[in-house]
Formats: sequence, structure tokens, C-alpha cells
Amino acid sequence: MTRFSAWSVIRNGLRGQPGWSRQWRDPEPKKHYDIVIVGGGLHGLATAYYLAKNHGLKNIAVLEKGWLGGGNGGRNTTIVRSNYFLPGNRQFYEHSLQLWENLSHELNYNVMFSQRSHIALLHSPAAIDGAARRYNTMRLTGTADAEIWDLEQLKKEVPHLNYGPDARFPIRGAAVQKRAGTARHDAVAWGYARAADALGVDIIQNCEVTATSRADGKIKSLSTSRGEISADKVGFAVAGNTTRLWQMAGFNTLPIESHKLQAFVSEPLKPLLDQVVVFGVGGAHFYISQSDKGGMVFGGDIDWYKSYAQRGNLPIVQDVAECAISILPCLGRVRLLRHWSGVMDMSMDGSPFICKTPLRNLYLNAGWNYGGFKASPASGWYFADLIANDRPHATIERFNLDRFAQGVILDERGAGPDPKLHG
Amino acid sequence: MIRIRCPFCGERDHSEFSYGGDGSIDYPALDAPVDDWVEAVYQRENIRGVQTETWQHTSGCRQWLLVERDTMTHEIHSVRMAHEGVATLVEAGK
Repeated sequence: MTRFSAWSVIRNGLRGQPGWSRQWRDPEPKKHYDIVIVGGGLHGLATAYYLAKNHGLKNIAVLEKGWLGGGNGGRNTTIVRSNYFLPGNRQFYEHSLQLWENLSHELNYNVMFSQRSHIALLHSPAAIDGAARRYNTMRLTGTADAEIWDLEQLKKEVPHLNYGPDARFPIRGAAVQKRAGTARHDAVAWGYARAADALGVDIIQNCEVTATSRADGKIKSLSTSRGEISADKVGFAVAGNTTRLWQMAGFNTLPIESHKLQAFVSEPLKPLLDQVVVFGVGGAHFYISQSDKGGMVFGGDIDWYKSYAQRGNLPIVQDVAECAISILPCLGRVRLLRHWSGVMDMSMDGSPFICKTPLRNLYLNAGWNYGGFKASPASGWYFADLIANDRPHATIERFNLDRFAQGVILDERGAGPDPKLHG
Repeated sequence: MIRIRCPFCGERDHSEFSYGGDGSIDYPALDAPVDDWVEAVYQRENIRGVQTETWQHTSGCRQWLLVERDTMTHEIHSVRMAHEGVATLVEAGK
């Protein structure tokens, strides 16, 4: 691997760019690996990287049915934050944010992590009280950058929101996490892939798992579109299609439904919005930031009905457009450039799974709802730890499949057992 | 936009309806073992293909419907009343 540095950029720039090579190899799959991770998205690639880096393991493969970052890794709105409330979630997402803060150095790849603040708008005294409870809890447990802003401070920082007294939901303040922000999602996939490859991980694209063969309570091998591959340990990290793979492993049901989430980007504008702004009141749900290219990147709720189709429906486009205009009326004449949709693992309590399974050598990483992007570094970190040590780390002990039967669900939103309600 | 043919109101946009969820679940008796309830409340087959699901015509007749829909293509194969008694009355009235 050629290391990137300012020096290498200048030297290659002066010589006509001769010194760059492939970022990662394109190996033929071997017949056997010690560890196979199914799913070459951010979580799978991060897992492979940390297995090699933190645990010194060799002979690892990542199998990806399409191309790297072609699933939800490349379909999200790139928001990174750790403003979670429940024990378990709080520590996990804070660890993830700390990994993000050093990720470009760690991977020697610029993931363009921009800690531009995450501003959640508040519209009533009750909402301010609720946010104060959550953000005070964060401050007391290690997330010191949680703040509540009053209207004056918010107006100073984000002057062009709709502060009009005739707004349907007048803004009264905001809950702010300053270390939160955005990152370049493709670069995260490429950075993890390149760093994992440099540590000897085989990244095998266009390799779809179609069946598994099992014996003695273990997975023996995986049938793929590129041949039979046996493995000592197997990890599934295919959020969106977890149930399909789960059923290939001989199981039937999971506390997960697949729903689709749309995202949108506008034509590029001059610098307009320096932060991530979130609007959620009275059934509305909307989040927006501006990319480095100038496009306004935004999204809203899922499409409200179960679906595996990677395309969205019109009523949500209208809902999201209404939300956009109600908080940023200045976007009224801006044209939409693209919009797309990804398939989410919506879990029954809105929290994920990083856990062992009834098969002794099979490990599950799933159920990321629509918060998987920010989680990807810690998800890979703890999933690698689980696979290497064959026991869950204390931080992710509650991310198991048994929590529903035990009655210790992690329902951050308090929405109940309905996957479509966990936004 | 999905178009759903409501047995009472005719074909309407799906935005008039609220999606319920998996319509194939048999809820157990109230005194059934807790495992049966965990299975019914939390575990889903999450079918990729044709599934039976519930929708309520919230902006119309407010009836609950059982819809057979393909979760990959969104094509609807059948729509019927969810409540058996109502279904029987609808049939009798035809």
C-alpha cells in the first residue's frame, strides 16, 4: 500500500501522477478462510479491519454481493453523532464518535469527518425539558459536548431558519452536540477496504452467498456465486437483507423488518448551512446538512410500509419537501438533483444486534435501523472483538437477540414493538 | 404510489391508508406460554416476495384490510376485509 501524505501528493503532482497504485487487490476467493465476513459495507469492512488490526488475525475474507459501498454504505445522509440516552447505547455510540475523531489518521485515508455540530430544534417547553434530561445524562456519563441553546444563541449560529411567529411549530431552542457532524461515506468504505487489504484481508466483490451447509451446530461452508468457501468462523453484516441470509443459515424469524428510507440531494449551492440541523415535531422528521460540494443532503422518515425495493414513494418526497420549506424557507426555489432509497433493518426496539447465534461459529451484526452510518466504526470494533474472543464485550452485552424474551429491550424512542416507528 | 382497491371505497392511493404490519401472525391465547407471545409480538419472517399484511383505510372507511403485496415489486395480488364478520357481510351484499 502506498501511504498517502502531503509529500506524496506534491511529488506525484509534479511528475504527472505516476506513483498511484490500486487501492486494494482483487483476489480470487480461496477455498478456506479462518474468518469470513458476509457483507462488504461499512460494518463488514470495519469488522475485517479491526480483526486484523486489533486482534492480529490472518486469513480473513469479506464477501460482497455487489460492489463496496453500493448498499446502505453509499445511501445514507452521512450524519455522525452520539446523543443517545439509554445505558448500552450511550457508551457504544460515544466510543464510535471517538473512533470517528481519529479515523482519517487511523486509516491513512481522508474520510472528511467534519465536526460541524448536530442541532436538534426544540419547539416547546416540554421538548426543552426532555432534551435537557437526555443531554444532562450525556454530560454526566462522558459526552461533555452536549448543550442546550436558547433561541438567541440559535439565531446567532443559524440565522436563516424560519423563526417566524406564524410558523406552525415556532422554534424555541435547540439541543446541540458540537462534536457531531458528517463524513464522506464512500471514503469510509474505501478507507476501511484499503486498510484491511493492506493487513492481508481478501475483499471479494461480486460474490453473493446463496446457501450455507451446516454440521454439528456450526456453519461448515458458504455456497457463493464464486464457488464454495469454507470457514472456521462466519460473521453476517448485511443490514437490509439480514433475514434472507438468516433463513439461508437454517433459521426462520428475527425481530427485524426490512423498510426503505429515502435520501435526497439538491443542486450545489454556495455555503448556506454550517451544521447538521434536525427538525422533529408533530409527526415531522427531517435532517439536513450541506455537503462539501455544496449540495443540500437531507432526508426524513421511512416509507411506512415494509419493502425490499431500493426505490422510494412519492408521499414521503412531499413530506420531506414540506419539512424542508417549513424550517428553511430559503430552499423554496432550489432544485432536487437526485434522490434514492436504501433498505433498512428496522428492529423491534430500534436498537441493533451484535451477538452470538444458536450456531456456534456464526455471529450476527444487524438491526441498525437508520442509524448505521455513525455506528460503523464501533460496530466493526465490537463485532471483531466478539468474533475474536467468542464472547460479547461488556459494552454490547445488551445488543443480543434474547433481550425481547427477557424484557430488557433497548427502545430509545419508546415506540413499542413496531419496526416502522423506530426512526 | 401504490394503489389499493378498498372493498368499500374502490381504488385509492396508499397515502389514504396506514400500514399495519405482518398480517399472517396468529396471536396466542391470553394464557399461552410467554414464549408464544414473544414469538408473536417480536419475531418476523420478513418475507421478500408476496406477504399478507394489514392496512387500515384511515382516510376512508377506516376498515382494516388484509392485503397480499409483493415486498420486492409492490404489486398487489389481493385485498380483502380483515374482519371475518365484515367480510361475510360484504360477500353477502354482492
